[in-house]
Amino acid sequence: MTDTNHPSRPDLPTLPIIENFSRRAAIKGGFATLGAAAFVAAISPLRHAAQNTSAGEFMQNHYTELTPEQKADVIARLEEEAKEKYGAEVTIGDDRPIPGTKFVYAINLSVCNGNGKCVEACHKENNHDRATNQSYIRVIEMPKGTMDMEQGSTTYTGAVPKDDKFYLPVQCQQCDEPPCVDVCPVKATWKEDDGIVVVDYNWCIGCRYCEAACPYHARRFNWKQPEVPAEEVNPDQSYLSNRIRPVGVVEKCTYCLHRTRRGKLPACLEACPTGARVFGNILDPESNIRWLLENKRVYILKEELGTKPAFFYYFD
Amino acid sequence: MTRRATPLLARAARAIALMVVAAAALPGCRPSDGEARHAHPAPPAPASVAAYQVNIRRPSGPPLIELAGADPQGRAASVACSTCHSVRKPNLENKTAASLDEFHQGLTVNHGALACYACHSPDNADTLRLADGTTVEYVDVMTLCSQCHSKQAESFAHGAHGGMNGFWDLSRGPQTKNNCIDCHDPHAPKYPKMVVDFKPHDRFLDASEEPHDRH
Ligand code: SF4
Ligand code: SF4
Repeated sequence: MTDTNHPSRPDLPTLPIIENFSRRAAIKGGFATLGAAAFVAAISPLRHAAQNTSAGEFMQNHYTELTPEQKADVIARLEEEAKEKYGAEVTIGDDRPIPGTKFVYAINLSVCNGNGKCVEACHKENNHDRATNQSYIRVIEMPKGTMDMEQGSTTYTGAVPKDDKFYLPVQCQQCDEPPCVDVCPVKATWKEDDGIVVVDYNWCIGCRYCEAACPYHARRFNWKQPEVPAEEVNPDQSYLSNRIRPVGVVEKCTYCLHRTRRGKLPACLEACPTGARVFGNILDPESNIRWLLENKRVYILKEELGTKPAFFYYFD
Repeated sequence: MTRRATPLLARAARAIALMVVAAAALPGCRPSDGEARHAHPAPPAPASVAAYQVNIRRPSGPPLIELAGADPQGRAASVACSTCHSVRKPNLENKTAASLDEFHQGLTVNHGALACYACHSPDNADTLRLADGTTVEYVDVMTLCSQCHSKQAESFAHGAHGGMNGFWDLSRGPQTKNNCIDCHDPHAPKYPKMVVDFKPHDRFLDASEEPHDRH
């Protein structure tokens, strides 16, 4: 066991630094120390959690630790759950990064008029809660002359664009130095080889550190079980993206990996009526996104923070 | 039914799991995440040759003019531009809708200071023409637009102007792109205003509301 309290170094922080797959470890530890029954009795809320999430879910390994057989079991269980809870036949894929691919997104702010079709498309594509109109995108109405997103408003309505404003859609920037990943105490969120920052919803403990750490307000917390009518459920799903999330976990834009890792464009891009959005593989020298980065003057948000977004903005 | 335990309870339970580990962290439970992450090979890299292409939508052909009223059989009728324009002499002085006294009244002409025959061909009304007189078919309207809007045309060619659908990876499927007049009315090309009709119930960043992200 690692001594994280540094008794010999009083200048160092004394809180335990938990940097492994500790949800699993907690269970293993509990069983080893107390025996199963005593462990469960000792921490009785866990019994509710176990009943709430099903024993299978609670005992499930971290995504990156699952064998192909375990993954297949987990996915079958989740598909079954979708049927039971939502009455929807869904297919949950396990889409992996395409070798030689790093996804990058860009938005032309001269063209974006703030109409919000992207917000709606994301909502539908990702099986978000209908009652709250949840979405991974916020479009911020900004006073002209600043890129400081804190000066904008998301609650504008009516006819757009307004003369003295421009519109700044913000979603996960798939940072190369993602603070959200750094702060996760159980490694339920990480960056994949194609640059997409993902969340294992079955591993997330809902502590919301990542949500607080994200300077782009790109993460969402599921306060309630999403409500989606069966006929509106998008059945094309992936384990790490748009499968219907359990309550009490954090979620975020995944560049629609269930689409983009199958070669398709993201849902928000297809929905954009003004053609403001550009998506592609930055490692491909012939790609649109490469041309754009080489030929337009691009901006990133909050550059000074050093998060290195894989998301660009430009004017033309 | 216990399945409906509150989120708070589930969170509390998970938090306890987190705290327990501080006391019970076991040796050897730290995975080598680098290896684990790549345990399952991804599908092979896409072939570098594009098997599919980018299809640019095109207008179906020369526009047809809907006639006011109906024919003797009661059908609405539409006619080709050349129906009238082959028998009428082109009037190169017509520059705005205001000077049109018989047809096309009420037409919006709000495309810079262009006159009708800047783009329409006086010799064959079912075609367009470039500034140098070259004939351009209606289906090739983008050729016409591009002679002035070369910056946009360049961006378009690189996917940085205009909407699209389908595949970013052309080794797996085709992509469809809009052409200029899918989005821009050629007579009044400024993109129209839109009304926002979908909003997350999200008070975030709005100073007049509670400054917390509620959902
Ligand atoms: S934008 Fe926020 S959630 Fe997305 S990778 Fe960056 S820090 Fe993480
Ligand atoms: S890429 Fe997909 S998940 Fe991300 S904001 Fe767009 S629609 Fe939503």
